[in-house]
Amino acid sequence: MAKIKPRVKVPRKAKAGDTITIKTLISHPMETGLRKDKKTGDLIPRKIINKFNASFEGEEIISVDLDPAISANPYFQFEMKVPGEGTIRFEWTDDDGSVYDIEKKIKAA
Amino acid sequence: MQLTRRQTMALGTAAVAAAALPLPAFAEENGWEKVLAEFTGGADVAEGGVDIGAPEIAENGNTVPVEVAAEGAAAIILVSTGNPRPEVATFKFGKFAAGSSASTRIRLAKTQELIAVAKMADGSFAKGSRTVKVTIGGCGG
Repeated sequence: MAKIKPRVKVPRKAKAGDTITIKTLISHPMETGLRKDKKTGDLIPRKIINKFNASFEGEEIISVDLDPAISANPYFQFEMKVPGEGTIRFEWTDDDGSVYDIEKKIKAA
Repeated sequence: MQLTRRQTMALGTAAVAAAALPLPAFAEENGWEKVLAEFTGGADVAEGGVDIGAPEIAENGNTVPVEVAAEGAAAIILVSTGNPRPEVATFKFGKFAAGSSASTRIRLAKTQELIAVAKMADGSFAKGSRTVKVTIGGCGG
């Protein structure tokens, strides 16, 4: 299986009080558990990312509970109010318990 | 015949949906009403105040861009009325979220109505819906 790679787009600099748009994408097949293997007819077991969250210095920006209806390579876009300099942490939790994460720093403009 | 509260609400939504679009309304029940009822805990849901941004016609049901937005919402749940399973996603907005909106991409099995219910900061609930036509369904195999 392809390596699971998170990608996020966050402005490098922002002023305190600014509203910024954050885009996130992670490569993941999001196997629904409803599809059948075409050769054997067996159900392909479910394997999705079931939780995503973004936090700024430990305080939540957004969290999302994902269900199988989310497309492969889940994409999220949302807005954040920047309180100042700091680090945004993004986390994706897989059905198998793995957590994929990435951090981005925002500097004062 | 005595109608329970849930049945009454279901009838109401079904009537609205049936009036709005000439579909074989709810021929296949996927339990989305139950999911919404769990989210609201049976509280009253005001009509309007929640926007769903989605294309009118989605060519590929495997990846349909959708945006949900509700001013002042603490959480928004998005459900599908025509997928094999109703749940799509639940968004919760934290302290540093600017405005209660988010975009993602979802799978739609067929032409259907999407429903979003927002839980407002004051504990009330609001609802919005949108019909998306799907050319090629997105549930594979």
